[in-house]
Amino acid sequence: MIPIDAEAVQAMLDALKDRDVYLHLESTTGAYAAHYDSSRHPSSAFVRNAVIRYERGVISGTGPYRVGLKMAHGWVYCEGLTHYEETETERLLLAGHNREGKLAVALQLSPTPF
Amino acid sequence: MEKRVLAVFPHPDDESFGASGTLAMYAASGAEVAYACLTLGQMGRNMGFPPFANRETLPECRRKELEASCRAIGIRDLRLLGFMDKTIEFEDPELLDARIGAVVRDVQPELVITFYPGYAVHPDHDACGAAVVRVIGRMPRGERPAVHCIAFSHGCERVLGNPDVLRDVRPYLKQKFASIRAHRSQFYVPGVSDGDGRVTRELEERFGTERFWTYRFD
Repeated sequence: MIPIDAEAVQAMLDALKDRDVYLHLESTTGAYAAHYDSSRHPSSAFVRNAVIRYERGVISGTGPYRVGLKMAHGWVYCEGLTHYEETETERLLLAGHNREGKLAVALQLSPTPF
Repeated sequence: MEKRVLAVFPHPDDESFGASGTLAMYAASGAEVAYACLTLGQMGRNMGFPPFANRETLPECRRKELEASCRAIGIRDLRLLGFMDKTIEFEDPELLDARIGAVVRDVQPELVITFYPGYAVHPDHDACGAAVVRVIGRMPRGERPAVHCIAFSHGCERVLGNPDVLRDVRPYLKQKFASIRAHRSQFYVPGVSDGDGRVTRELEERFGTERFWTYRFD
């Protein structure tokens, strides 16, 4: 993955709108968060291969980036994105890595299941 | 003094710390004070101290808190624009501008208070201020209301200079503290949320001045 090129990501968001796409959305502090720092509350969540359709998708910010997907009955939101996979042509893989390079958040969209 | 004032903020409680004294001053002077609030702050993390709300009850809690805050300040015209919290920067700018523009045309304010785009920390704040500035900027120069902006990003004075509007709101701290207390799911401010309601010298110093930058359109 390479640092996000917002224009390239925006083009993919536009290409994937108004059709059924598979969503992977993930956020995690890491399971060891409280082991290393007892003041932290470990938390994580993921949704994998939920089918969504959005009418408007926007990448925003100057890095780390945010993405919002507006759907008929709600929103998908993701903050803290830093990298994208530049070799993908059909799918959009976005990740947010923390200072140690660990994954903190991910937002992925694909026309076919992950 | 201006007779019609419009505040435009994205979240219930955005008015409290930065502008409630000023808005109370205008209301007390007999001005019509309107407030367009873009969202219900429904994605907030604060659920009360200790928590009494949940993700599904929070929007209604915050709507009631906002109404109580407006009563405390003297705002009788509250407009909820129905956008989703955290999404203002992703919305179609034309849709945002149309909704805010309709309120501006209806209220015909002589003064608009909002966030300074780019210097207001939260993406919703920046996007709200940017939309207001677009809407007012499109009006003919002679018809534009003054726009007073709240800025608080680190180092904003280095770029914007010092705020040109420094308002002593000590006479309106009772209303300001009632506004802060109204947002009870969001704020717990020692000396304001608890205590005997007395306005101490320390509280006066901390909350007695509100600062705004007049937006320069050209």
